Amino acid sequence: MERRRSFPDVLAGGIFVLIGGAFAVGSLSYSLGTPLRMGPGYFPLVVGAIMAALGLAIVVKGLIAGEVVEFGAIPWRAVAALTVALVFFGFTVRRLGFVPTSLVTAFLVTLASQRVKLLTALAVAAGLTVASTLIFVVGLQLRIPLFGPWLGL
Amino acid sequence: MELLDNLALGFSTAFLVQNVLYCFVGVLLGTAVGVLPGIGPTATVAMLLPITFSFEPVTALIMLAGIYYGAQYGGSTTAILINLPGESSAAVTALDGHAMARQGRAGPALAAAAIGSFIAGTVATVVLAVAAPPLADIALKFGPAEYFSLVLLGLIVSIALARGSALKALAMIALGIMFGTVGQDIYTGTPRFVFDQRELYGGIDFVSVAVGMFGVAEILRNLENEHTRTATVGKVKNLWPTAEDRRRIVGPILRGTGLGAALGVLPGGGHVLASFTSYAVEKRISKRKQEFGRGAIEGVAGPESANNAAAQTSFIPLLTLGLPAHPVMALMIGAFIVHGITPGPNVITDEPALFWGLIASMWIGNVLLVLLNLPLIGMWVRMLRIPYAVLFPMIILFAAIGTYSLSFNAFDVYAIAFFGLLGYILIKCGCEPAPLLLGFVLGPLLEENLRRALIISRGDATVFLTRPISASLLVVAVVALVIAVLPAISKRREEVFTEDDA
Repeated sequence: MERRRSFPDVLAGGIFVLIGGAFAVGSLSYSLGTPLRMGPGYFPLVVGAIMAALGLAIVVKGLIAGEVVEFGAIPWRAVAALTVALVFFGFTVRRLGFVPTSLVTAFLVTLASQRVKLLTALAVAAGLTVASTLIFVVGLQLRIPLFGPWLGL
Repeated sequence: MELLDNLALGFSTAFLVQNVLYCFVGVLLGTAVGVLPGIGPTATVAMLLPITFSFEPVTALIMLAGIYYGAQYGGSTTAILINLPGESSAAVTALDGHAMARQGRAGPALAAAAIGSFIAGTVATVVLAVAAPPLADIALKFGPAEYFSLVLLGLIVSIALARGSALKALAMIALGIMFGTVGQDIYTGTPRFVFDQRELYGGIDFVSVAVGMFGVAEILRNLENEHTRTATVGKVKNLWPTAEDRRRIVGPILRGTGLGAALGVLPGGGHVLASFTSYAVEKRISKRKQEFGRGAIEGVAGPESANNAAAQTSFIPLLTLGLPAHPVMALMIGAFIVHGITPGPNVITDEPALFWGLIASMWIGNVLLVLLNLPLIGMWVRMLRIPYAVLFPMIILFAAIGTYSLSFNAFDVYAIAFFGLLGYILIKCGCEPAPLLLGFVLGPLLEENLRRALIISRGDATVFLTRPISASLLVVAVVALVIAVLPAISKRREEVFTEDDA
């Protein structure tokens, strides 16, 4: 096979080494126990080590004979919009209530697209809020207050 | 003739007007909710469960079974149409089902899923009625060592699903298992990797991982090149499978049914194993291997049949041993208990009308499912015409609400974002998300049974090789690993020549 470097391979391998290593190191702070009676740290340590080893193998392979994977651009705007929207939803659904939270979350998500116009975004957000209120609160009897304590209701 | 008497009793119960009616309502509601993006069967059943509490026990359980089938089919529909499996077993369906949808063949994909599910459901119901008692005996022989080997086999088999390198698939499995260890340790109660956040003690929710890895990551990929992207899917050509399609799905449906009926009996992820194994088998024996992952109808029909057959037979451990084989079965146990019935061996003798009525209603549920869904395929396919600017906010919002509603835990929603970003980067690097998901689901079972087996054997690790069932499962796992790794090397060379038109 032709020798070629593959950035995605190295990155993926690096992620595996990092997360596997972190879990392995983290599991050292729990009791390991013996193979007979494994403590809470034993299994994560073994799997974490295996994962780090696999990650290392992927890095090495990526440097010598990597897979050709097109990495492409990262849509930073979408990444930011989706993350902010989800965190907003989780944080405020209890505090603001179902309706305002859904409205803002849906609006934030629509901003992920570069081509969206402000009016369209507002319309989509409003429509989805009505739909989700009907489906989840009216239809499925989800027990989330429509308007929460932050609004003084 | 005992069986016929039993079935007669079952059908006389199941055919009561209110039972048929609520079974239908259950199927309808289950499909309608299950088809919502990001809401899988577990979430659907969990959300609809409270509705059934006010009915008679038999009616309530029949309705719940209907909800479950409906939800499962609804979940397959979203997996096919918008590549968003709500549950791990539907992740397999999404591989080829969504590829078919992109080629404008969503109709045949949905029809193959419905027909396969119906045939599998019918056959598996008979299997359930005939084999429940003897199969329960076999399942009783499964000790922790056997479970461990079985789960390991399931994980290895899932490598066959990954299109990229086997190495990356293995690492993804390990990553999934790692995330599965977050939360309280089952034996000691020690909280692991929770960073002092009480909300993480219960572990990471499966739904968050699935929605993040498949839903959010897929949306981010779609938003990558908005300027060049024209439409998510090709034009819908025909709604019905062609004669060629029909010929191609017969074998996969029959094999999937057999596999699913057999594997569904095994407590713990049998339905996941069934659909994954069926896919692997179809891919292995197909003459058109290169089509798999790019819209092979066999890759939809087989796993869907296996999944549905397993869904039926997973009632066997529940009804005979009181063991939930499946998160939905755990909810069913809850429903049994609410109605004052303890699931277990006594159900058959103490509540024969309920036991056989439930079995008969499974078949009725399947008939209703096919009657309801074949005419509606046109409507589901029309879902594809929703503009993407509306669709992706809908997926994210519904997923956030659905996930939050499972346990009212804000961390489950944050986890969606986390797994979405992680999944997006890993997918960009050529890693497939399906093995991670399976590792996440099966990891805790792997650990639990490993530790239990070693405690029982007093630390003797050879127990996995000295017990015959366990040993043979491990041998199959090793063979599967070798097969998965070896052809990967030669196959990739082939693909260099054939991939250009993909």
